[in-house]
Amino acid sequence: MHKEAEIREPLILGDKSYKQITDDVVAPVFGKANTQWWIAFGISAVIALWGIGCILYTIGTGIGVWGLNTTVGWAWDITNFVWWVGIGHAGTLISAVLLLLRQKWRMAINRSAEAMTIFAVMMAGLFPLMHMGRIWNAHWIMMPVALFKNNFGSLWVNFNSPLLWDVFAISTYFSVSLVFWYIGLIPDFATIRDRAVKPLQKKIYSILSFGWTGNAKAWIRFEEVSLVLAGLATPLVFSVHSIVSMDFATSVIPGWHTTIFPPYFVAGAIFSGFAMVQTLLLIVRKVLHLEDYITVKHSEYMNIVIVITGSMVGTAYLSELFIAWYSGVEYESYAFLNRARGPYWWAYLAMMSCNVISPLLFFSKKLRTNLWFSFILSIVVNIGMWFERFVIIMSTARDYLPSNWDYFHPTFVDIGIFIGTIGIFFCLFLLYARTFPVLALNELKSILKSSGNNYKAGTAPDPFKHNQSALAATSGLGKNDDLTKIEGIGPKIAQLLIADGIASFAALSSADVDTIKAVLEKAGKRYQMHDPTTWPRQAKLALEGKWEQLENLQDELKGGKH
Amino acid sequence: MGSAAKYIEDNYKFSGLAKTVTWVLLLVGLVSLVLLGLEMTGEHSAEAHHAASARFWSNLYVNSFFFFGISLASLFFMAIHYAAEVAWSTVLKRVIEAIGTYILPGVIPMLIVFVAASMHMNHIFHWMDPQVMDPASEHFDALIAHKKPFLNQTVFWGMTLLFVLGYIWYQRATRRWSLQEDEQGGLEVHKRNFNWSAAFLVFFGYSSIVVVWLWIMSIDTHWFSTLFGWYVFSGIWISFMTVLTLVVLWLKRLGHMPYVNRKHIHDLGKWMFGISFLWTYLWFSQYMLIWYANIPEEVTYYIPRMFGEYKALFFGMVFVNFVFPMILLMDSENKMNPAYLTIVGVLILCGHWCDVYMLITPAVMKSHFHFGLLEVGLALGFLAAFILIVSKALSQRNLLVKNNPYLEESLHHH
Repeated sequence: MHKEAEIREPLILGDKSYKQITDDVVAPVFGKANTQWWIAFGISAVIALWGIGCILYTIGTGIGVWGLNTTVGWAWDITNFVWWVGIGHAGTLISAVLLLLRQKWRMAINRSAEAMTIFAVMMAGLFPLMHMGRIWNAHWIMMPVALFKNNFGSLWVNFNSPLLWDVFAISTYFSVSLVFWYIGLIPDFATIRDRAVKPLQKKIYSILSFGWTGNAKAWIRFEEVSLVLAGLATPLVFSVHSIVSMDFATSVIPGWHTTIFPPYFVAGAIFSGFAMVQTLLLIVRKVLHLEDYITVKHSEYMNIVIVITGSMVGTAYLSELFIAWYSGVEYESYAFLNRARGPYWWAYLAMMSCNVISPLLFFSKKLRTNLWFSFILSIVVNIGMWFERFVIIMSTARDYLPSNWDYFHPTFVDIGIFIGTIGIFFCLFLLYARTFPVLALNELKSILKSSGNNYKAGTAPDPFKHNQSALAATSGLGKNDDLTKIEGIGPKIAQLLIADGIASFAALSSADVDTIKAVLEKAGKRYQMHDPTTWPRQAKLALEGKWEQLENLQDELKGGKH
Repeated sequence: MGSAAKYIEDNYKFSGLAKTVTWVLLLVGLVSLVLLGLEMTGEHSAEAHHAASARFWSNLYVNSFFFFGISLASLFFMAIHYAAEVAWSTVLKRVIEAIGTYILPGVIPMLIVFVAASMHMNHIFHWMDPQVMDPASEHFDALIAHKKPFLNQTVFWGMTLLFVLGYIWYQRATRRWSLQEDEQGGLEVHKRNFNWSAAFLVFFGYSSIVVVWLWIMSIDTHWFSTLFGWYVFSGIWISFMTVLTLVVLWLKRLGHMPYVNRKHIHDLGKWMFGISFLWTYLWFSQYMLIWYANIPEEVTYYIPRMFGEYKALFFGMVFVNFVFPMILLMDSENKMNPAYLTIVGVLILCGHWCDVYMLITPAVMKSHFHFGLLEVGLALGFLAAFILIVSKALSQRNLLVKNNPYLEESLHHH
């Protein structure tokens, strides 16, 4: 049995039962969208359309429509790319690393964080594709795996280039994240399927849930697969942003080539990813009325992750600054001086103040438990992280020849595409929030008894106990046995049996299998799939007190034919 | 429930054959130290004398730092334990504390090395030679002179003393409060621990990087790497996790700590596995970027390690530190198996000792590479001292804490 320390704050507030959790989580799926949702979706859609227009314009005209120039060959596209990939980090981190660390607070936020990951990585992928110019040849980068034969003879991708490693790293990451997300969704889709009334809706969720029945075997496999995927996803979290950092760090450009880049990019990615999760979930909890599940404590935990990763990023900035001087390499020192005091000083200032200084405010308990403050700061962090990438990339705007020095001005297309991806992202997220179970409801149920407010306080109703004693009083059978000791009987079925007069091991051991079947059939579809063949035999052993034999039998049943 | 967890009496006494063997090892260590020292005094050429001196001091430094690092990482782990509201490791708290007690005696050989370096009795820190900073000298090195604002005695000693005192203070404080919590109960001590641990993490986060620059990176005085601080830190962290696991397994073998169940052991195994990966990741990040860019300023660090006398040790230690934990601890059953954990644990400790050796020795001994029985003997002597100090701390208090708010949850860990 799990005994949670009393000092821990509850993670599920209010007076919840298992049913209530399902009701609360599936409500948005069955309910109608409110005006707020339509307004938000409308605005996002307009922005998204504008962005798509800019993308099409870029593809049709060429990337000359961007603000790039001779010195700045890489600006907003790569900044946005790294920014989005970074945001995509928190989802898998929450689902994988926090799963391995058995952090229960992840249950309320993992689903949305994973969704955010999927959408953010999709947004990230757009930028390198566009920057290729001839996007219709984009599949060439996949040539080694796609067995594609081109018409230009021996044309190979550059395996020495981190840009190609990026393609592999990110597509692997995307695939694993998607599978992880989907596996987790299956039982929850099944719950929606079981509740759906409209035929089409039932059909869709039925297909989506892959015929999930929820038997013990399926749950065991589910948990095993989750752990395996978590084990696979954890190194991927590291590899993806490490390889993104290598896009810069494998070069010999001052300000780019520095060994701390891989872990520092990973920390920065987690930092910005958690900030985005914070932004989204604070909205979700309000709009979908999930305040009891996404609590202030959840927000506080995320803020703690933000302050830790923010401090790691801060130490990395300072390490870089220090080593730039310590190394005695004047180009390196100049790159950093130029960041702080050159033409983009304002970006550097934004990065330093948003990323290093502002998260420190979360050391105050008062501030990190203030939701409005958390919301604002989460946006501030994301702005800061955008500027971090901008600052790093703009180091190249001044190379070794002063005659090459130029200033970067984004065009309306640059701005339009960036803002547009935010619009597309929010469109996807809003659609998700209306059609998916936004909380992992089956996983949430697993922590209700240890972390639910009512259970922690000891005020939770125990319907089973209540019914049992009431029935015992009326049926005259004297004492009831705990029928749930029988493999295959849960509290619900035990109630059914008791209601039908089978309240003791003695009664069950002498009961006819067909009688029991009839009881189950009467109770409805959900109970019909249970097979009571072995129940009388098990009850006999229980009646005779042969617990060890019963246990052996049950192990056999669980492992074998059941 | 909660703070009313049952008091389980569990007293450890270090005795018997193990104790005898440890004392013998300590003796072996002392003899090795004396022999290494005697090598310096014979009638030798200047070069042979220099090589013997380098061997003596670098070995002393390697072992001082290796074991000091283990106890330093124990403080970091204790701070995470509090700041992250961790429950499972509460039953292991006394062991973590005991490993931390080595920090005070462990700092002494470190300081001996530093004092000797400052008095020019050894040449571990090239920059401490006043000639390299003196423009008039023929040994003047402009690049090192550039680093003078950081690499000078004032900064070195100021930072060293400040940070070491901070570490020792935190260790003494948590050890004291731990006993106070046993006696007094309530949440006051726990909250104090939480607050100071969070503060300590910040202090540790910044200071550990700076001490690594001063103590280790400055040995290769010209060389620099921004990742270096985190890399060295991950090394001491994995060494600590391994020592913690081995001590717990040892105590369980003697019949102590019956409340530490398979799942606690599993978690320890997971930490060993995970931090081995972290270390390898950081090793690879630094190595790969330097190899790929191939800039002279940076590759100077790897050239002697990869192509010189140190080649076998260098690649061997990377192999041991990554491949063994990866293969042997991949399976979850193995992470709970004392035999596997012990084998991997010993391999990891040897591997990471070699890592520390590779951090320090190539720059100190240069081409006079020498690895013989005396190296092993001295390391065993330090190990024995470490065991004696940790055992003493273990026997001083009950092995299970009392009144900790997370104790009950930890006892029911599964």
